[in-house]
Parts: sequence; C-alpha cells; structure tokens
Amino acid sequence: MNIHEYQAKELFSQFGISVPAGKAVQSADAFEEAIDSVGSGKIVVKSQIHAGGRGKGTFTTGYKGGVKVVDTKEEALEAANAMLGNTLVTHQTGPAGREVKTIYFTEASDIEKEYYLAILLDRDSSKPVIIASTEGGMDIEEVAEKTPEKITKVLIDPATGIMPHHKRAIAFGLGFSAKEQLKQLDKLLSGLYKFFWDKDCSMVEINPLITTPAGDIMALDAKVNFDSNALYRHPDIVTLRDLGEEDEKEVKASEYNLSYIALDGNIACLVNGAGLAMSTMDIIKHFGGNPANFLDVGGGANEEQVTEAFRIILSDPNVEGILVNIFGGIMSCKTIANGIIAAAKNVEMTVPLVVRLEGNEVAEGKQLLADSGLALTPADSLADAAQKIVELAKK
Amino acid sequence: MSILVGKDTRVVGQGITGKAGTLHALNNVAYGTNYVAAVTPGKGGSTWEDKCPVFNTVHDAVEKEGANTSVIFVPPPFAADSILEAIDAGIELVICITEGIPVRDMTLVKDALKKSKTRLIGPNCPGIMTPGQCNIGIMPGYIAQPGKVGVVSRSGTLTYEAVYQLTVRGHGQSTCVGIGGDPVNGTSHLDVVKLFNEDPETEAIILIGEIGGSAEEEAAAYIKEHVTKPCAAFIAGTTAPPGRRMGHAGAIVSGSSGSAETKIAALKDAGILVAPTPSEIASTLLEVYSK
Repeated sequence: MNIHEYQAKELFSQFGISVPAGKAVQSADAFEEAIDSVGSGKIVVKSQIHAGGRGKGTFTTGYKGGVKVVDTKEEALEAANAMLGNTLVTHQTGPAGREVKTIYFTEASDIEKEYYLAILLDRDSSKPVIIASTEGGMDIEEVAEKTPEKITKVLIDPATGIMPHHKRAIAFGLGFSAKEQLKQLDKLLSGLYKFFWDKDCSMVEINPLITTPAGDIMALDAKVNFDSNALYRHPDIVTLRDLGEEDEKEVKASEYNLSYIALDGNIACLVNGAGLAMSTMDIIKHFGGNPANFLDVGGGANEEQVTEAFRIILSDPNVEGILVNIFGGIMSCKTIANGIIAAAKNVEMTVPLVVRLEGNEVAEGKQLLADSGLALTPADSLADAAQKIVELAKK
Repeated sequence: MSILVGKDTRVVGQGITGKAGTLHALNNVAYGTNYVAAVTPGKGGSTWEDKCPVFNTVHDAVEKEGANTSVIFVPPPFAADSILEAIDAGIELVICITEGIPVRDMTLVKDALKKSKTRLIGPNCPGIMTPGQCNIGIMPGYIAQPGKVGVVSRSGTLTYEAVYQLTVRGHGQSTCVGIGGDPVNGTSHLDVVKLFNEDPETEAIILIGEIGGSAEEEAAAYIKEHVTKPCAAFIAGTTAPPGRRMGHAGAIVSGSSGSAETKIAALKDAGILVAPTPSEIASTLLEVYSK
C-alpha cells in the first residue's frame, strides 16, 4: 500500500525525522491559510499523487510542472490553482495521468548538499538493507549502474535491529564528519529504521535527504510503501489509503478476495493460481494477443467469485474476449464448470469466451459446459485455448 | 530414495483441526501420508478425525509421537509463531502452506532457521510430494506418479501443470517441491536443485520460476557448474508490468531486477532449455531426457 508524500512526512515527524514545515489541503478555500502557516519565505507547491516524476510532469491543461518553487504568496496561489482538480501526467502515471486532489505547501529549504537514503528488504539475505548515496535527487538505479562506489549498503540483522556501527558505516559512507551532524544523522537513522520496522514498511525512501548551510539534516521528499499482508496490525496506516489513487476495478476485486491487475490489452483472463495467471497472460502474448488483465481467483473459484470476476472483466471497455483457464487440483472440474455456467448466466456475456479446464474429473466438467447451452468455446490445452481466444477476439 | 519426504516421514499437523486444514490433511492421509499428531493449542487430549492424537504443543507431539516433519495451516497472523515453535521443538522439516505472512515476521523466522537444523519449505506454497509415498500440503495426488524427474516451483498451479504433463507422457516424479511465492522463504530453488543433484533416483530436473528476486539466476549458476542431469525450466511473468505485485507477494519486478528476461537469459546461459509456453514444460525436458 502506498501513501502520499504529505502523509509520509507526518509519519516521519512522529518518528523524529526532520522535515520542512508544511501543510496539505484539499480545497482552494484553504490555500491562503495554509500558505501563511508555512512561513513568509520561499514556498514549494507540490501536487500530491501516487507517482514519481511530478516536477517534470505536465497537466492536461498544458500547465507545466507538478512541483513549483515560488517567491510570493500570490505565485503560490496561482500555482496551486493551476494544479488542484487538474490531471497531471508524469512518466509513471501513463498517458491518462492522475487527478490532483491535494496540494502540499512546504517552506523552501536552503540546500547545501543532496543525498539519497532508503531502507527496504534485501531479498538475497532476507534482511532489511539501508542504501545511502552521495548522489541525492538522482535515480538510484542509475547511480548503481554508473557509479556504484557512491553507494553505501548496510544489511541489518533483524534480531538486533539497527546498531551504532551500522549508523557509523552510513555516516562515513556519506562523508559526514562534523560531530553535530553525526549526532543528527544517528537520530535520523534510528527514527527511520524504527519507522520501517514498527510500521511494516516494504520500503522507505528519502530522495533527496539534504544538509542545509546551517548544518541541519532534513528529509525533503518521502516515499513510503507498506507490506499489505501486515496491514491488519496497523489500523492507523489503513486510514491513510487513498482509493482514488487505485484502479477502480482493482479496488472492487480486492473486496471479493480476487487478485486483479488492470493492463491495457484486449483479451481478459480468469485463472486460478498466481503463477498460472501470469503464464496465461504470457501465452496470450506469445500467440499474438494482448492481455487485458491479471486475475487470480484463488484455489476455490466458487460461483460468487467467478460471477464477480466476470463483472469486473466486462467493465473494462477494451475487453474483446475472455479466456478462462482453471487447473482443478483438489476441487473437481464439475464444481468449477457449474460455477462458470452459473456466473455466465448471471452476467450478460458480450464477448467470446474460451474455457480450458484441466485436472480432477475434467471429462465430466467439460460435459457440463457442453450441455449448458452457453455460447462458449472449449479448449483442450492452454496453448489451444490461447490460440482460440486470440483468433476470436480479432473478429 | 527421493528427497526430503518419504515413507518414514512422521507428520504433525499444526492448525489442521480447522476446516481447510482438515480437508487437505485428510487428503494427505488418504494418499498414505503418516500423520502421527495434530497440534492445536487448547485442544490437547482430543483426537483428530479418529486418526491421531491432538496436542497443545509441538514439543509434546515430538516427544510422545516422534514427529519429525510439520505441516502448517495456521492463519497468517499466527503462522510465524507456529514455524518458530516447530523450530524450537527440533522438527527437521517444516512445510508452511499459509499465504499472507508479513515479511517482517519472516525475516525473524529466517534468522531463527539459520541458527537451527530445521529446514522450512514455503510459506505460501502448495507443499511437497514424493509420489507413491508421501504427500504433504494441498497438491492433488492423482496428477503424479512415482518416477525419476524432480520438480521445483514457486507456483502451485504451474507445478500441477508440469507434473500432469509429465505423468500423461509416462514420466513419473521423484519429488515435487513447491517452495512458495513469498519474497522471504525457507528453501530456495538452489537448495532443492542441490538435493535433486545428489539424489541418485532423480535423473532430470524441472525448475519453474517467476518474476522477482534472483533465486532462479542463483540456481542457474550452480547448474552450469555442478549439474550434469538434464534440466528444463519455465519462467512466468514475461508480460508482467514492472513495479506491480502479480498475485504472489514475491512476484514483482523492481527497477531492473527480477525480470523474466534476465532469468531466462541466465538459464539459457547455463545450458538449460527454457519452455516457451507453460504448455510445453514437460515436452521441453523430454527433448533432452527420454528414459
């Protein structure tokens, strides 16, 4: 689960990490008061959407830049009014862009130097890893590729948590030496790790982390991602979820325990099992089609879930064909066939449907489908099914 | 022979007195798997489905019934604790079926595993089966038959696809291992490949992977250096968009890492045949293995 920058910075403050003074508002009426509250100097006006590249983005109105640094209150108001309620397109949003519903005003900080700091899971060691770099504001992947010597990586033993030697390694890696700064960085790293661990984050990223001419260390940006499997123990974090930032169909699917991801193709698929669902997308592409979604209905694949899955699939106007691919393991193909038949009768099938069943009592399951009177095309193997749906969707 | 589980495996089921646990564990018993105990805190002293005694702790199940393998069907908030209890009780092999365990919990489990002699399969996996001898977890037994091909996979249904394809072509399996779809798991592709390589009854290996992490690359490097048995592979997720978790918590392409292309290239570089589609996993292996 993702959250907005302003929400992440509020959480940072709670964990003792310095951030510039700021105020987030959702309506234009509140702009003036918010601007006044962040001080009288330079102001940064920031669009809040769950996507990177905001500064270099363009609004569909033609207005350039989702993040602006301005000198006066009037300019801040002008920028905020140009952003709020409009759609921002960045390299991460796709061409449709995202509507900006929140504006975050912060005081502009004097920057001496920019750094990069993140904590995430290192999959190879199964431990949290702190990644720090002297190249702030840059894409970390690019830094890793071109100048790996500018990156310091420190693995944390999950049983002991962050220790002073970890923090020293980061500080020296970043070239800090002034006593006061070492102290500040120590506190920041402790707070950030505690936040990462206590709140079950998948990733926290500060890019850039800055030092000011006065010697202070501060998080100028904040990107946070939470482990969805751990949300049950963080009701406070769940309230920060912004459903407006998520695909409507994906939200609907999650209510029915369906794992659905919208894609931009025209052939929908309905599959049991994540690996098989991914492979079904792959094989559609292999035979010249384009998958419209990823959809794992889980091991059960009962009538209610399949019905809802069909509804979600058909609400995508791009869909021109559906491939159902179920391997009945423990569950009988008869049960699955009955589920598909009932679901297909519950919703109005407007596009060709190819069904491939395999596994337990497959002959009986196929017979049920054949006897159902439904306009569906049966398939024997996954390859056969993919070829059939690609062909049918072309017509 | 086979690997990890067989005729001598003595299973304790943690959380098998629940509805789903009972269903799958009874299927395992019907297959011939030896369930010697169940553990459900508070239900100690009762009997599970007329098959075996229920204990309050795994320690009791080990002490009184000689359990050496545990299968876990406990809900995600409590599953890590169940794994740690099994480790603490000295269980040799723990198979955790549970999907949805927080990563933070698993990093602590992983740490405890390193300090113990216990091996964990999973979590978020279909289990492990040595056809004709022992089936632990949720894999359908009828798709398999005893034989010489070892199968290791991060995906449940893709395991079934591969195993079934082998079986209908007359090739049985030595052991089928589902290592699970989580980013932090107990046993990797590499661990299982090593065991298959050392197992005299395994003559060929099928490795099924997916996007996320670099476990497949690690296994490929080992195979290139040390394995002479015929191998075939399949990688799911060529069309997966970067930055999205594809159903499995561990199936995510992060930046340039974990893509299907990288994995397929590493496997091919190691001389392993990679099936172009999931329909051709068995037939791809049979191009280089035909006993």
